[in-house]
Amino acid sequence: MRLDLAPKTLFITLGFACLLAIWLSLALGPVSLPMMDTLRAVLHLVGVPMAEDNLQQAELIVGQIRLPRTLLGLAVGAVLALSGVAMQGLFRNPLADPGLVGVSSGAALGAAVAIVAGASLGGLPEPFQPYLLSICAFAGGLGVTAIVYRLGRRDGHTSVSTMLLAGVAMTALAGSIIGLFAYLADDASLRTLTFWNLGTLNGASYARLWPLLLVCAAVILWLPRRAKALNALLLGESEARHLGIEVERLKRELILCIALGVGAAVAAAGLIGFIGLIVPHLVRLLTGPDHRIVLPASALAGASLLLFADIFARLVMAPAELPIGIVTVFIGAPFFLFLLVRGRA
Amino acid sequence: MLIGKDIGIVRDGKQVLDSIELTMAHGQMVGVLGPNGAGKSTLLAALCGELAPTRGQVFLDDIPLDQWRGPERARRLAVLPQSSTLSFAFKVEEVVAMGRLPHESGQQRDAEIIQHAFEAADAMHLLGRSYLTLSGGERQRVHLARALAQVWPGEEGQVLLLDEPTSALDPLHQHTTLLAVRAFADRGGAVMVILHDLNLAARYCDRLLLLSQGLAYVSGTPQQVLTPDALMSVFGLDVLVQPHPERGHPLVITR
Repeated sequence: MRLDLAPKTLFITLGFACLLAIWLSLALGPVSLPMMDTLRAVLHLVGVPMAEDNLQQAELIVGQIRLPRTLLGLAVGAVLALSGVAMQGLFRNPLADPGLVGVSSGAALGAAVAIVAGASLGGLPEPFQPYLLSICAFAGGLGVTAIVYRLGRRDGHTSVSTMLLAGVAMTALAGSIIGLFAYLADDASLRTLTFWNLGTLNGASYARLWPLLLVCAAVILWLPRRAKALNALLLGESEARHLGIEVERLKRELILCIALGVGAAVAAAGLIGFIGLIVPHLVRLLTGPDHRIVLPASALAGASLLLFADIFARLVMAPAELPIGIVTVFIGAPFFLFLLVRGRA
Repeated sequence: MLIGKDIGIVRDGKQVLDSIELTMAHGQMVGVLGPNGAGKSTLLAALCGELAPTRGQVFLDDIPLDQWRGPERARRLAVLPQSSTLSFAFKVEEVVAMGRLPHESGQQRDAEIIQHAFEAADAMHLLGRSYLTLSGGERQRVHLARALAQVWPGEEGQVLLLDEPTSALDPLHQHTTLLAVRAFADRGGAVMVILHDLNLAARYCDRLLLLSQGLAYVSGTPQQVLTPDALMSVFGLDVLVQPHPERGHPLVITR
């Protein structure tokens, strides 16, 4: 099934959805701001002169709390969705998840090490100390992906089916080590670890934002250049080679993109499931599988969907806040099952 | 022109192919025959660069195949695999358009060529359909159109390799497919096609290569290759061979 929305209609719709999500994300929260004040505060923050009546509070909340959080949501959503597209292209399977090569579980393992044993490690120089968790998570994600990739290599070829199985095994292995750390952890770090595993955009700051934004920009700029090659790859690896694509290089580039993208996203916001699986799938239902459209559309849709999920997570139990990973998986898993059952029919 | 010189392939310590000589000249259609496991698909894999031969070399226009750059080679050499595993809902015309990927001939020229390829593969009525809704035979014809679009129109120097292109087709479309491939060769292209149907091979091919356990048992014109003796010792098949009453090519009738 595909609905064959014209690309123009799709991009206009997604663009509006994204703008709406940004606006709501800036306006809503424990302190609800009037919609117009939010807009004026943002405009004032970026340097447009405004009449200063009662804007200080809005500017403070928007500028210091909600804007970094919104940017974090946009970047994480876009990067997870793009990694999902890359993963489904690499595995030539519309139901592949970016976590398959072990990057998420590797990042979770890195985070567990940082949270539980971070104090005793304590080796980081002072300016990097606040980044210990992110750095460990990012390194863990890259490390496990690199191992899975090595295991999949044989005779100069990368076997994606071997990688899939190696990813399953490495995920299980990482899970058991995380379990060990959880067992050894004291109550406080156990709680931190649990919440981190559920994912959250809470506590976003500009300082933690910029590495993710860099990775995000690199992935957004680079992946669409390989859109046609990804289309050909869906035909099969030999078929793509016969069409003149350097398949081994393409596979390496895709794996690097996924590892960097998911690694950075997980390091910044914890484990947020199903965005990378569901978003590309939804976009393909709307417009077909052509990567020239699917890639940019997935970035937009992923960013919007994650922001909406975050707004929901903030509001549903306000002033308390639900971890966003609970929301995305709670919506994503049934949707995935629906796709499975419908696909079989 | 694609030439395989002294091709030998060893896989897992077993000699799968040995001393195969094969020339695909422009304007000619070469058929490769042989029982299951004789090495036909392995030979095709070696000829398209998918598998590096253990011994011997493949030349495309006197230049070793592995020295060609990907897109340049793809403009000259197209392959139709036995079956494809596409599990995404591309439209039929999007699949065929992928054949134009290695070219930079412009949208308008591409559209013309895709149209011609669709007509040649008798797949016009499939336009607008999702690939996933097609039957096996329809998919095979869409991939034929894709391969034809990749090396359209089939000038001198363009080569088409096909692995059992008729395996999923009804009798009529076995002929329309091979007629399209024949037309490609008549326009100047070079063709190698793996076939199981001896009579189709006799009718459409200029030359035949009969493989038996990785060796060339015999090669030559259909008359030279399709003899009762050869078919008996390679396939263990007891046959009569008579000239086709209207067309004159050998007609193989099992006893």
